Amino acid sequence: MTFYTAAVIAIVATALAISRKNAVHALLYLLVSLLAVALIFFVVGAPFVAALEVIVYAGAIMVLFVFVMMLLNLGPHSIEQERGWLTPRTWIGPLVLTVVLIGELLYAVGSRGPATTGPLVDSRQVGIDLFGPYALGVEIASMLLLSGLIGAYHLGRRRPGRS
Amino acid sequence: MAAVPLTHGLVVAGLLFGLGLLGVLVRRNVIFILMSIEVMLNAAGLAFVVAGSRWGQTEGQIMFLFILAMAAAEVAVGLALALQFYHRLGTLDADGAATLRG
Repeated sequence: MTFYTAAVIAIVATALAISRKNAVHALLYLLVSLLAVALIFFVVGAPFVAALEVIVYAGAIMVLFVFVMMLLNLGPHSIEQERGWLTPRTWIGPLVLTVVLIGELLYAVGSRGPATTGPLVDSRQVGIDLFGPYALGVEIASMLLLSGLIGAYHLGRRRPGRS
Repeated sequence: MAAVPLTHGLVVAGLLFGLGLLGVLVRRNVIFILMSIEVMLNAAGLAFVVAGSRWGQTEGQIMFLFILAMAAAEVAVGLALALQFYHRLGTLDADGAATLRG
């Protein structure tokens, strides 16, 4: 039951996110969608991955999007835009969806018996496997992140005289 | 609580992936295209985790961690590209770069 509610919220929030005109409204809905997917991870027995989804996706990546949005909106009309974001109508949709998610989380935490369905995959075992047979993959991921860092630095630099 | 069937989890992942694909195809704003790509990567990770939990194996979660690292690198480069795009062309419309000349 928890799974299906979270799945419906994820799909509805994603559909709303890709159909918004304003990018910040879309980000709010995308955030709700990521939180719903995190709850799905928790329910199917992967709490470690659920925490990472909230921290990395909903935390770090979304903050990056917000920063870029702020950088792009420099100008006199941005004040008017910010005033528009504070209207209650903007917040009502994401708020309703997140309140349902919080209710589900409280239900899952407060209910007797295991809240997860199916076998719980131990995060300790995930760590052991990650640095055992998949150590090469970890190294490749670190190289990928390093190249992403260098690429973002190179592309983000303003070259004088060329733009 | 009854276990969630594998099929239902995969259907949810497929629907999310389809929505992301639709977003990439329909929207012309670069920021929205990047967001839709994030949705698709997330849906792929969901499919991995659901399948991994069906057999009680850790591989699904490990693949999700790799997808997470890849998404982080991708979004850093993509957003830097979007900034450069805006500074060069003065717009975020992907059709503005259709000619690929400076």
